[in-house]
Amino acid sequence: MVTTVTVGLGSCGIAAGANKTYDKIKALKESDKLDFELKKTSCVGMCYREPLVEITDETGTYLYGEVDADRAVEVIEKHINQQDPIRDYIVYTDMFDAPENDFIAAQVKIVLRNCGYMDPESIEEYQSRDGYKAIKMISEGKTSREMVIDTILKSGLRGRGGGGFPTGLKWKFAHANKSAEKYVICNADEGDPGAFMDRSVLEGDPHSVLEGMIIAAYAIEATGGVIYCRAEYPLAIKRLNIAIKQAHAKGYLGKNIFGIEGFNFDIYIKEGAGAFVCGEETALIASIEGERGMPRKRPPFPAVSGLWKKPTNINNVETFANIPWIIIHGAEAYAKYGTEKSKGTKVFALAGKVRHSGLVEVPMGMTIRDVIFKLGGGIKNDKKFKAVQMGGPSGGCIPEYLSDTIVDYDSVNATGAIMGSGGMVVMDETTCMVDVAKFFLDFTCKESCGKCTFCRMGTKRMLEILDRITNGHGKEGDLEKLEELAYQIKDNSLCGLGQTAPNPVLTTIRYFRDEYEAHINHKKCPAKVCRPLLTYKVDEEKCTGCMVCLKNCPVKAITGERKQKHFINQDICTKCGVCFSKCKFESILLS
Amino acid sequence: MRIARINTSETAANGDEQDLRLLDPIIAKHKGKKGNLIPLLQGAQELYGFISKAAFDKLSRETGIPLSDMFGVATFYAQFRMSPVGKNIIKVCHGTACHVQNAVEITESLEEMLKVKDGETTEDRFFTLESVACLGCCSLAPVMMIGDQTYGKLTGNEAVKIVKNIRLADKN
Repeated sequence: MVTTVTVGLGSCGIAAGANKTYDKIKALKESDKLDFELKKTSCVGMCYREPLVEITDETGTYLYGEVDADRAVEVIEKHINQQDPIRDYIVYTDMFDAPENDFIAAQVKIVLRNCGYMDPESIEEYQSRDGYKAIKMISEGKTSREMVIDTILKSGLRGRGGGGFPTGLKWKFAHANKSAEKYVICNADEGDPGAFMDRSVLEGDPHSVLEGMIIAAYAIEATGGVIYCRAEYPLAIKRLNIAIKQAHAKGYLGKNIFGIEGFNFDIYIKEGAGAFVCGEETALIASIEGERGMPRKRPPFPAVSGLWKKPTNINNVETFANIPWIIIHGAEAYAKYGTEKSKGTKVFALAGKVRHSGLVEVPMGMTIRDVIFKLGGGIKNDKKFKAVQMGGPSGGCIPEYLSDTIVDYDSVNATGAIMGSGGMVVMDETTCMVDVAKFFLDFTCKESCGKCTFCRMGTKRMLEILDRITNGHGKEGDLEKLEELAYQIKDNSLCGLGQTAPNPVLTTIRYFRDEYEAHINHKKCPAKVCRPLLTYKVDEEKCTGCMVCLKNCPVKAITGERKQKHFINQDICTKCGVCFSKCKFESILLS
Repeated sequence: MRIARINTSETAANGDEQDLRLLDPIIAKHKGKKGNLIPLLQGAQELYGFISKAAFDKLSRETGIPLSDMFGVATFYAQFRMSPVGKNIIKVCHGTACHVQNAVEITESLEEMLKVKDGETTEDRFFTLESVACLGCCSLAPVMMIGDQTYGKLTGNEAVKIVKNIRLADKN
């Protein structure tokens, strides 16, 4: 058996320096004429351990974590040359108890079945892992379009972009509308700040998305396919382009695909130009057509009149990646996972103040607490868990005491948050919830397309109130005003952006009202985040008199001689925080 | 609202030194095709780094798309710039994960060091400082991206050091 060395080269791996690791191993292999096969793969989800290097030899598979170029030399020398695996660096293996074994064991990988296990730039490797088998089964078994749609319906798969609409039903509608021209669109405009599931799937397993689209095209009789992808994801676009080219060469795209007479289908990539609202399906269609990405009124739904006014089916990346698996394994196998109304698995991007930032795929029905503590490893620096933000700017903050809520569409909705596309940003006691609400509202306010007055002006007015509160000028009645505006915006906006924009504010008021009140009534920020509400003082015990803060203070509020204790004049201090960030001895106190 | 990102004082710089003939292949490729407006603008920006007044004029004249439509689309999307940018664009991530881990400090430290505000370009046109929504490297938060290189787990001081080193490396 040939020993293989595989380096994880997803965006996160590359950001952590995986290219240098790869180059180093390649150089070693060439200079020392080492006998192993060097391969590339994408993200296996363990972003917090990047760069990752996997070695498979006769004895088993070993995943090494945090392998920078120096460590790579060590690993190759010991493991390859001396056949002596370095236990301390191994994070996952099937051979013995390694620190991250549980991280893998607790997951059910359907969407991520290939991510991190194969070279995303090789169609052969995808095929060796049951790739393009689903569409082959359909063509060889002469499965009817209705049967395919029925399988997806029975599987209970719901739209993974956040809406949660049954995918099979969407296909059924698009199929029912007859037209010589129909379209399948893959929504890869993953704009939620703090979410990176779709990016990982596109970078790690682009063919599964293509195959999902091909199956959808077959089911609804589509003639053209578009992947609308964020321009901020250059690696995903590059790998999709490679995949499309390969699929063409094999005849999996083009004319009479898989021998199905008259099944002509092609896919091209449309790079988004940077507008969050384009995640909304009618805005996305407007953008593909070259217009400003503004949503329009529904009905007619895209299934009736979509791209170029033709029947169109839009699904999200993760939804498409599920499809081939469901066709191969059957609807029952998929529906076995999950809860009554939410079937299958869901991919979450864990980020924020959690120990193990990364990508996890869990069966629906797991509690949020288990996701954060069992998979996420708990809170960084042993701080106290405060809340988790789900659903990005459209979602809300779920407080610690509700963290036994299970992940399924309806349970999460009941808390006021939404499942969304799967971003989970964990917050600890040092996160100010008013500041978080302001952060999201600032985002939606900037991203509002301006079509509906309530969304355009309402978010602006809400942001002004939040600005005032975090600047220490909050007034009695502000919370009531915020709530009133919030419900008006929700009720009177055309698209999902406006209808959900107030959610972060509403959930934080609902669960963390005391924090708002501390800001408004006592002019205090309990989490010590809102600077205008803080007082900066010198810790006389720790101050060494190094004069760094004094020199950097932009308003000369700090006085003191070299090697003498310094003093901050509160009347002059503008609370800019420069002294706090410049001090090397942690001797600036916040209160 | 999205329109707020237009800064009238520097909107659509003239671009006198640009070789507009470079636009010809792009126009030839997209002319007359449906949905061509965004690819046309993306092509122009890729050539010059921004879309100048002259480029707008030429695109509109030769494709027949009204200037108002072009401007409407160009100002709607965050990607399009209408003024020249620096040689290096510093993209500081302000996604949720970065925000709760103090991305503000990074932008402020860089603003102070480069003596520019967010979105502006240094006088020597060497750096442009930008805030972006999410770079998708949340596990390394807070992050910034300069060129193709991503820098993670930053503090304000570290970010300043990295930027200083890039300038030093260029001078040598």
